[in-house]
Amino acid sequence: MSDVSERDLVDFVVREARLLDDRRYAEWNALFTDDAIYWVPLVPGQPEGLDHTSHLYEDKLLRDLRIERLKSPRAFSQQPPTRSLHLLQTPTVEPGDPARADEHLLRTVFQYTESQGDEINTFFGVCWHRLVVEGGALRIRQKRVDLINSDAALPAVQLFI
Amino acid sequence: MAHSYRDDPEAIRALVQPDRVHRDLYIDPELFALEQEHFFANTWNYVGHDSQLPKAGDWIRADIAGQPLIVVRHQDDTVRVLMNRCAHKGSRLVTAPCGHAGKHFRCPYHAWTFRTDGSLLNIPLKNGYDGTALQECESAKGLATVKNVRLHRGFIFVKINDVGPGFEEYFGDSLSSIDNMADRSPEGRLEIAGGCLRFLHQCNWKMFVENLNDTMHPMVVHESSAGTAKRMWIDKPADQPKPMAIEQFTPFMSDYKFFEDMGVRVFDNGHSFSGVHFSIHSKYSAVPAYDAAMKAVYGEERAARILGLARHNTVYYPNLTIKGAIQAIRVVKPIAVDKTVVESWTFRLAGAPPEMLQRTAMYSRLINSPFSVVGHDDLQAYRGIQAGLHASGNPWVSLHRNFDPAEVGQADVTTVGTSEISMRNQYRAWARAMTMSMETGQ
Repeated sequence: MSDVSERDLVDFVVREARLLDDRRYAEWNALFTDDAIYWVPLVPGQPEGLDHTSHLYEDKLLRDLRIERLKSPRAFSQQPPTRSLHLLQTPTVEPGDPARADEHLLRTVFQYTESQGDEINTFFGVCWHRLVVEGGALRIRQKRVDLINSDAALPAVQLFI
Repeated sequence: MAHSYRDDPEAIRALVQPDRVHRDLYIDPELFALEQEHFFANTWNYVGHDSQLPKAGDWIRADIAGQPLIVVRHQDDTVRVLMNRCAHKGSRLVTAPCGHAGKHFRCPYHAWTFRTDGSLLNIPLKNGYDGTALQECESAKGLATVKNVRLHRGFIFVKINDVGPGFEEYFGDSLSSIDNMADRSPEGRLEIAGGCLRFLHQCNWKMFVENLNDTMHPMVVHESSAGTAKRMWIDKPADQPKPMAIEQFTPFMSDYKFFEDMGVRVFDNGHSFSGVHFSIHSKYSAVPAYDAAMKAVYGEERAARILGLARHNTVYYPNLTIKGAIQAIRVVKPIAVDKTVVESWTFRLAGAPPEMLQRTAMYSRLINSPFSVVGHDDLQAYRGIQAGLHASGNPWVSLHRNFDPAEVGQADVTTVGTSEISMRNQYRAWARAMTMSMETGQ
């Protein structure tokens, strides 16, 4: 896969969200490179995730843990289970960091909804995918989710935004 | 006709028995309103840290006892606490979470200006007040101020009302936990850093505060998260370095004996800490550059003593809970009888290497974020109580574990870590602070 088309990139982002909403978490996690980070910053424009707290800043170990936990009959906060739905605007291919020539940067405006029992919570924001070709397929090097209200008091967000 | 607690301090005191409390503490909206009016106004509450106000004119907003406050550094470098309410028609003077006022606040409605000690500076077209009674009334005096303001190692506390114990008497030796957190800086100084997580809890504020020194829940509630982390690492060779996340998660799965031996100490006025002897924070991997910096400043013996004091949670009753060993604090903001915002703040240890703040930021993210797999199951428990207490048949919440009648009235008790003494101690203090301004009519 040396020639990546815009269509390939857009399809990838759409499929990634679909895997989450279908609860196919193992397949979702396999989309990431080994050193990838799944990140929900705490403040707008947050430059990095180590010296500053984030809502979520997860490497493979932490993503695995999150997925494994959901299989536990004692994940008490999942009684009843939460359902998720990603509503995406068409992703756009953006000029990326020239220092990372191997990457494709995509920007996707989204609405993310979690429903549990009679409750429903919706979150809005912009999602940034940094994608690379690895082993002949597109992979996520970083998924960054900028919530429009990242610094507000938020209710529990239980699945994968 | 429904019973009213207003003007009935006896009925309020009767809700707190030596070894159990009445469900109305958690679910009665009238008691929530009375808490805002009396309890939170009569107690010392945390409003911020002075590292958030580096220069004169810097301010942060706070809300205590349902009242809007401005915490500001005045020109003379002291920290002042003012009511965020224009002396004219009552508009809030500032609305952002923090900012810089320069030498005065200017009301965005009619441009009245006030110095940062609250005094009135100017009113546009002032001659319109000639011959009126303005000069003789409150409005001409400027902003109402909070008189009871105290700082301890940069932690700013206020008490809205004048009743109740003074600062030192109120907190007593519990302040040693704040001292320990500050002493962990090679410069003896803390700086707020790394952002503030704000997590909306659909429960009464007390369930959260109680839980901080409830050591019988972690191995039950956090089995799906911390237990999974432990299981994921169980087959790894013992000498393989544990990732920091695994180090932070797995101690939550310690057994009952661990938490029992950890110990708990309670103080007069509702304060407590667990982890008298050791805690879930005791076995984090050393950061060599940090240990070296500490030894260089304090000497080997004192550095070991400071770092050896790895307390679990210290509750500064009612609204602040701290983890000195990991430099993270949680501030409780009651919104409604069944709604609470928990703010998690983190500190940089001045003079320490950057790994220390990174460890702190990771802990806060893993445990305190609205996305935290640990926090999700805690919240589920609190929400379970909020709903469950509406059941009839038993209006009482049991706090009997390790109850000893001799503990009542003692100002400083250390006992087994799994005792529910910290909660009993909180509610004794609650009943006192709740009712002390009802009799005086303050």
